[in-house]
Amino acid sequence: MADFTASVFQNEYLPDGGTDVNAIVTVTCAGAGTAGQTGGGAAGEIIIVDTSGSMGPQTMAAAKQAATAALNEIVDGTWFAVIAGSDRAMLAYPAVSSGPGLVQMSAQTRSQAQQAVGRFVGSGGTAISTWLDLAGQLFGSVPQVTQRHAILLTDGENRERDDKLESAIARATGYFQCDCRGAGTDWQVDEIRRISQALLGTVDIIPEPSQMETQFREMMRTSMSRGVAEAQLRVWSPQGAQVLFVRQVSPTVEDLTDRRVAINPLTGGYPTGAWSDESRDYHVAVRVAAKAIGQEQLAARVMLAVGDDVLAQGLVKATWSGNSELTAKIDQQVAHYTGQTELAAMIQEGLAAKASGDEATATTKLGRAVQLAAETGNDEATSKLKKVVDVQDEREGTVRLKAAVDKADEMALDTASTKTTRIKK
Amino acid sequence: MSTAGIPGTAGTPVSCPSCGEALAEGAVFCEACGSKVTAAVEPTTSAGTDVSAEPAPFDDLGSGPISAPTRITGLPGSPGQPGSGASDGRPCLACGAEVDGDGYCTSCGTKQPSERDHFRETPASWVAGVCDRGIVHAGNEDAMALLADEPAGSRAVLVVLDGVSSSTDSDVASLAGARAARETLRTPLPRGMGTDQGRDAAVAAAFAHTIAAANDAIVATTHADSDSPASATFSVAVVEGNRLSVANIGDSRVYWVPDEGETLQVTVDDSAAQQLIEAGMDRDAAETGPQGHAITRWLGRDAPDLTPRVAALDLTGPGWVLNCSDGLWNYVSEPSAIAEQVRAVEVGGAVAPLDVALGLTAYANACGGRDNITVTLARIDAPVAATGQNPVPTNEID
Repeated sequence: MADFTASVFQNEYLPDGGTDVNAIVTVTCAGAGTAGQTGGGAAGEIIIVDTSGSMGPQTMAAAKQAATAALNEIVDGTWFAVIAGSDRAMLAYPAVSSGPGLVQMSAQTRSQAQQAVGRFVGSGGTAISTWLDLAGQLFGSVPQVTQRHAILLTDGENRERDDKLESAIARATGYFQCDCRGAGTDWQVDEIRRISQALLGTVDIIPEPSQMETQFREMMRTSMSRGVAEAQLRVWSPQGAQVLFVRQVSPTVEDLTDRRVAINPLTGGYPTGAWSDESRDYHVAVRVAAKAIGQEQLAARVMLAVGDDVLAQGLVKATWSGNSELTAKIDQQVAHYTGQTELAAMIQEGLAAKASGDEATATTKLGRAVQLAAETGNDEATSKLKKVVDVQDEREGTVRLKAAVDKADEMALDTASTKTTRIKK
Repeated sequence: MSTAGIPGTAGTPVSCPSCGEALAEGAVFCEACGSKVTAAVEPTTSAGTDVSAEPAPFDDLGSGPISAPTRITGLPGSPGQPGSGASDGRPCLACGAEVDGDGYCTSCGTKQPSERDHFRETPASWVAGVCDRGIVHAGNEDAMALLADEPAGSRAVLVVLDGVSSSTDSDVASLAGARAARETLRTPLPRGMGTDQGRDAAVAAAFAHTIAAANDAIVATTHADSDSPASATFSVAVVEGNRLSVANIGDSRVYWVPDEGETLQVTVDDSAAQQLIEAGMDRDAAETGPQGHAITRWLGRDAPDLTPRVAALDLTGPGWVLNCSDGLWNYVSEPSAIAEQVRAVEVGGAVAPLDVALGLTAYANACGGRDNITVTLARIDAPVAATGQNPVPTNEID
């Protein structure tokens, strides 16, 4: 059984009349083991490769190689399938038309699957909703599979009505996790990010076909190391209190606030997906009724639950104090992640403004992003920002939009916008 | 456990009760974990009565008999103890919901005070007390110990000690002192040889004995080398039938709050303020002045004088005997003001002594809770002379 621990970083002191309590809760998992091997149910993996006509020969060759590499990473015994996606979804492997749509990995099935991948031919359009729906059906055909993960590769924009994709995402949400990758620069970051965020996965750009194999291998390796199929973050708050937001803030910013399900009247559950040996940070903000100076209360109990078992919890407290030296401090972690969350928003909003031709807004927002990236020590964001803007004053956040920007750099900045750095010790 | 090597004197434990780290001589806080180190206490039995065989009358505090060697650090809820704050099934003091094992209410989140920071005693249907940390102070240095018999109005003992917060371990000392005092009052006060004078002398002697026991218990908790020895005020009210006998040192007070008629402050403070009042200063000005809370006498190793002020009053109608610390009377010093608050609580329908005590405690906290609050009450419905006792006219002794 994996071992979870939680630690809380906060300034529990509130001034007279203060109501808002902020805390960063770090949840760490150790001893997760391997996906599907810990007795909590079997693991299933589906590799979805875009085989639309837009896939050029070079990209298609790289995609085949990448899928082959990913298949190599899938641990024997894991249930799996390969989907070829175009304007409809094709079950490329296993070659079945009824019954279970997943088979267990072995030397033989791996080799058969790799041969099927080798026969991919690009043709047709891009209807991602059908890919997600087929993946859901395949997972559903093998009931013992309880840990469901997919890798999705696309190279182009979805050619469907928006609501078709939205409803397919809604059907998949909470059922399987999905990491998404975009090849080249003809796909929409926003669109694919909607999928990966809803399905608790990552999104990234693979600008060059040569990088694809490594990315796929890494993604599958990470997925296989997730021995905890599913865990839930639970937040208890006192009667009459309001949970302002619950966000994952590390390794990436993901707002979980709207994904609350009621556990009981005072406790909400938020999905966190599968866990490997890793550490994630959550920012929880709760508004409580102000109490008299000297009073102390619990503002939130942040728990990590697997199934019905609460395996770790952190206490977020509130103590009202008349000592302004105590109450004026903002916890370093809270400040750091508040900055990083704003950084993600500034990058996304700045790029959106730039795309719509509003250069003034783009300059202001990306300038603020440069400033925040420097303040919070997010070097990756800084270096990616510098490919899109010319920085005049990092501390003041004065920038100028670059005249010519490589589209891939802009998309890389966009996909990486939610990545955060931990506080430097 | 004693590091000082003095029999009956408790010292600092040699290792931290919280984390087990070795402690320096006289350490107040553990260097390793920061827990406050509470001295182990072995209250003495200077009262000379062996009460170890008696059932513990304060089971709500989870202690053993007072004369048994008692480690105060073993009290549930002592600072730094495992399970500190856990309330062992006590409902939330704020909303009544269930309390989690970590001491926070599962519904409203209010941190539950440790048992030392808030405790209640209800030894009989007509007697109750509440001892509360208040809001501003970090710890509760007040203490109380109650004793009462059924039926209502027969016999009750209300002991209140207010530990001086500027001295070390006053919380431990005051509780030990209060309990030791109570033990000396398990038997009725002497009646002397029939004359009022003889009786007064005998009662004064009994109270002197009580105070000596309380003082011994306090000194026993004090480290031999302490720069700031534990000290406390002392007030006791004994109700025997229609007779109220009181003794005090310091500024904890006994009031008689009759249902009809004028409320009386039965005790006289040993305080700088009282001296100023006696010199003619207005009560309000004296009590709120710079020296308003300086006491001139106290219990403890550095006590200047252990002779209490003793007084008695014959109760003629229904009312409340109130023995309280300054955490309450700071907000209602005038007898009429205290009567008003008692009435206000009673109007709310609270007639049980515990409800009235809780109501007065809540009132003091609502006023700011700047000090620890102790409210002990005995409800007198129909005062009758104790058995074989003729009504005695009101008689003040000093």
